[in-house]
Amino acid sequence: MTDETKKKVEDKIVGLVKEYAGKKRFKPIDIVKEMEKEFASEGLTKDDIKAALKEIMDEEKLVYGYAGGSFLALPENQ
Amino acid sequence: MGKKHQTPLLDELKKGKWISFVREIERAAEKSERTEDLLGQVEESYRDKVNHWKHGGMAGVKSYGAGMVGRFSEFPDKYPGIKECHSMRIIPSAGFFYNSDFLRKLADISEKYAGGLLNFHGATGNIQVLGMSQAEAEDVFQAVAELGFDLGGSGSDLRTPSCCAGQARCEFANYDTMKICHDLTEEYLDELHRPAFNYKFKLKFSGCANDCVASAARSDLAFIGTWKDKIKINQDEVKNYVKKLNVQKYVLDKCPTKCMWFEGEKLVIDDENCVKCMHCINVLPKALRSGDEKGASILIGAKAPLVTGPRMGMMLVPFYDINEDAKNDYEWLKGLISNMWEFWDEYGVSRERIGELIGRVGLNTFLEGIGLEPIPEMVGHPRSNPFIKFTEDED
Repeated sequence: MTDETKKKVEDKIVGLVKEYAGKKRFKPIDIVKEMEKEFASEGLTKDDIKAALKEIMDEEKLVYGYAGGSFLALPENQ
Repeated sequence: MGKKHQTPLLDELKKGKWISFVREIERAAEKSERTEDLLGQVEESYRDKVNHWKHGGMAGVKSYGAGMVGRFSEFPDKYPGIKECHSMRIIPSAGFFYNSDFLRKLADISEKYAGGLLNFHGATGNIQVLGMSQAEAEDVFQAVAELGFDLGGSGSDLRTPSCCAGQARCEFANYDTMKICHDLTEEYLDELHRPAFNYKFKLKFSGCANDCVASAARSDLAFIGTWKDKIKINQDEVKNYVKKLNVQKYVLDKCPTKCMWFEGEKLVIDDENCVKCMHCINVLPKALRSGDEKGASILIGAKAPLVTGPRMGMMLVPFYDINEDAKNDYEWLKGLISNMWEFWDEYGVSRERIGELIGRVGLNTFLEGIGLEPIPEMVGHPRSNPFIKFTEDED
């Protein structure tokens, strides 16, 4: 996965969570499946998407929350 | 320090000779105002017959999606000390061995940052530091990391694998539970710390059918030590037992498959019909030992009652040669687990455990999905309800 593609994936994931903040909770597994479909034409695998998600978390662009199951959320300061 | 909250109901739980959790919390409360507030809220829970915690939410440390369990008081104004009362889960050493220096330092961390309370161990086997706020979480994590420990699982991820003390302390262990537990924990740290599953997934390793970590009841994938060949019998020791114990009543009559009998003074076992339950070995440990061809049975699908009802594990692999696979860094097992997770990812729904998925799609579909050949030994319980159906024209 090129840096450019990785950035596209990261932007897409963070954008989705921002867009639906307060309306829908995205489970990491659902996001991974969704991105796999979205970027299928670019040959991205599930592992690529997971790696992008890991980076998002390491950079604290998103955080994990829990309500019966794990979900992705914006950090509290956002 | 005087008592901040009156707790007449909790005081009842201090009566009697056994250790009381109330007394332990009170001891911690002598040094911690927040733990005093915990006593106040627990008293209200007993009075109201409901608990007053809000569960989940946002509690965690940087970049980890697991290891913290969020708890918020329903009465933050009345009990400000436990407005946030999160737990941090710490991966235990395999077999739960710790040196006293680690325990002292962990106790100091707990007193400094949390309420001075610890759990040894939570239901999944984690060490738990109880009662911290989100603001303290990162400091606790760093302090724990300096001791060489890491956070355990929570949320929709691989939960902290756990095992019995195995060959380190138990003569019944049929394989090195601690090695496989340690090796797979290391292998799957990412799956443990970053929730990416439909729901939780537990691995537990018991060295024998006594199942001291309750793997058959509590883990999605249970490894229970067993053997393939014959039980080893020391007939002289059998005679010694006969002198002091009613072996017929307490051993032979309790054998679930009635595969043991006496021929004169000689104990005979029909090993073909033995289901390796360990009862006879437990009662006559000096006379009977498990065989030499040791390994583990792999059971799948157990869970506690959450969401849907409880399930016991069902037999998936009757005999897994752990020692052989360990030589190849568990290549076969890792492939099997990977296939299971792929199938579960693909076909599972939110909060569906893998056992429930198997119940929904059928065992045959699941086996086909993970590339395992169906065999007649894949049963819910020994000698009952085979899931695999054969048509008359099949051999």
